[in-house]
Amino acid sequence: MLVLENITKIFNRGTQDEKVALDGLSLTIERGDFVTVIGSNGAGKSTMLNIIAGTHQPDAGRLYIAGQDVTKSPEHAMGRYLARVFQDPTLGTAAAMSIEENLCLAELRGQRRGLGWGVTRARRRRYRKVLEVLELGLEDRLRDKVGLLSGGQRQSLALLMTTLTMPQLLLLDEHTAALDPKTADKVMQLTDKVVRENHLTTLMVTHNMNQALRYGNRMIMLHQGRVQLDVSGEEKANLTVREVVAKFGRTLKDETLLSAECD
Amino acid sequence: MFSGVMPITLEQGLAYALVALGIALTFRVLAFPDLTVDGSFPLGGAVAARLILEGMDPYLAALAGTAAGFVAGCLTGLLNTKLKINSLLAGILMMTILYSVNLRIMGRANIQLLTIPTLFTPFEEMEISRDIPVVLFFLVVVLVVKILCDWFLHTEYGMAMRATGDNEQMIRSLGVNTDTTTVLGLGISNALVALSGALIAQDQGFADVGMGIGMIVAGLASIIIGEALIKPKSVFRLTLAAVVGSLAYRFIIVLGLRLGLAPTDLKMATGLMVILALGIPSLKRGGEGKIHLRGV
Repeated sequence: MLVLENITKIFNRGTQDEKVALDGLSLTIERGDFVTVIGSNGAGKSTMLNIIAGTHQPDAGRLYIAGQDVTKSPEHAMGRYLARVFQDPTLGTAAAMSIEENLCLAELRGQRRGLGWGVTRARRRRYRKVLEVLELGLEDRLRDKVGLLSGGQRQSLALLMTTLTMPQLLLLDEHTAALDPKTADKVMQLTDKVVRENHLTTLMVTHNMNQALRYGNRMIMLHQGRVQLDVSGEEKANLTVREVVAKFGRTLKDETLLSAECD
Repeated sequence: MFSGVMPITLEQGLAYALVALGIALTFRVLAFPDLTVDGSFPLGGAVAARLILEGMDPYLAALAGTAAGFVAGCLTGLLNTKLKINSLLAGILMMTILYSVNLRIMGRANIQLLTIPTLFTPFEEMEISRDIPVVLFFLVVVLVVKILCDWFLHTEYGMAMRATGDNEQMIRSLGVNTDTTTVLGLGISNALVALSGALIAQDQGFADVGMGIGMIVAGLASIIIGEALIKPKSVFRLTLAAVVGSLAYRFIIVLGLRLGLAPTDLKMATGLMVILALGIPSLKRGGEGKIHLRGV
C-alpha cells in the first residue's frame, strides 16, 4: 500500500544548522494496517508524514502509494490518495467558512471542482446524517462558522471530513495532543471507530505511548531518522509501556512519552 | 448647497462599487493585498478609449478593457505564485509596468471621448435628465456583478478560492492547486476594476493615465465603511458591504467637497480616513487590534 524506500531528508544542508531528519528510512505498510508511530522530539516523525503528504520532497529515496511512484508529486496532487488531520485543530478546517461548507470542501478532495453549486440540498441532508455520528449536536449548526467551535469539536469535524471520501491512506499527526485529556480520549475513540469501520489504512503519530500501544495493530518507533522498533500483532498487543521504557528509556528521553508510564 | 448631492453620489458610488467588489475579492476573500488596482483601473479606461477611438462598439470596447484587467491581475498572481515575489511587491511592480503600458495603449497621456459616441451617448439623447438612465445603468451592472460574485463564491471552485484565503494549507491538502485559485482570483478582481475604469472613462468623457491614482485606498475606505455598516458575516453581506460602502464613501466625499474640502486634499482625507479606521482598534486594545481585516 505505502512504501518508503531509503528516504533521506536533510534540512539546512551545508550550513551550521544542518539536520538529518530522515536517514535512509525504509518502511512498508499493508492495506488496512493501523500503524502508530512514536519517537522522541526530532526523531523524524513529522518529517516522515510531511514527506508522505508531499509537503516536503525527499533528498533521496522513493515513495510509492498503491504501486504508484509519487516521490515527486506536489502536495495538492497527493490529495487524491490521502487525508490528513493535523495537531493544531485550526489547521484542518477553514474557520471563516461554515460547517457544511467545510464538509463540502472535504467531500471533493482530489476531485475536479467545477462551477456547480457547492452545498446542494442533497449534500446538506447527507452532512446532517453524517454529523449525527459525532453526538456533538453539530447537525443542527450546519451554517455556523467553524471558527465558533471548540478545539475538540473542530478536531472531530476534521476527522469526519477525512472520512467523507474514503482516502487510501489516513495520516494522523498527533491529532489529539492539543486537546484536554477528556476531549482527547473522546476524539481518539472516535478515531478508532472510524478507522475500524472503514478499514482505513492509517498512520498515527502520537506522543502518548499508552495511545500508541492501545490502538492499532502495529507500532513503530523512530529514532534519529530510522525505524528502531517495529512490532505488530500478538507481540504488540502484549507489549506494555513499562517494557518499552525499560528497553528504550535512554534513547527516548522524551518527557511526554515517559510520563505516560504514570498514567 | 446640497442640491445634486444624491445624483452624483449614486452615479459615482455605483460606478466605483465595481472597484470595491474587486478589492473585496482580493483583500477579503483571498487575503491577498493586491495593489495592481491603481494600474488596472486606468488600463480598462485606456483600452476602452483607444478602441472606441478606433471605431469599436463601446460595449465591446468595455469588454476588451475588462479582459485586459483580467490578464493584468493574472500576471500579478503569476509573479507571486511562480516567481515567489512578495504579494505587495508583485502588485506594485505590475502597477508600475501598467503605467507605461497605458501610455503605450493610448499613445499619449489622455484620450478625449466627449465628441465621440460612447455607450452613454444614447442616454443623453433622452427626454429625461441624463442622471436617471446613467444611475439605472450602473445599478443594473453592479447588481449583476454582485449576484455573479455571490453565485461564484458558492460554487465548488469558488469555495476552494475562499478556502485559499482562509486556510491555504488545508485546501491544498484537499487537492486544490492554490497557485491557480490565487491567479484566477486576482484576474477576476482586476477584471472588475478594469470594467469600472472602462465605464467611468466613457461616462466622464475621457481616459487619463493618472485616473487610477489612489484607487486602492479609496476602495479600502469604501470596504471599511461598508463593513462598519453591514457586518460581513456571509458572502452575500460581504459583497453588499462593498457596494453600500462605496455609496457611503462617495457620499462623504461629495458632501465634503460641497462643504469646502479642496479637491487637491481629497486623497489625503481618504488616506487619513483609512488610517483612523485601521488604527483606532489597535490603540483601544493596546496594540492587538484589527479584528478580521484579512489582507489589510
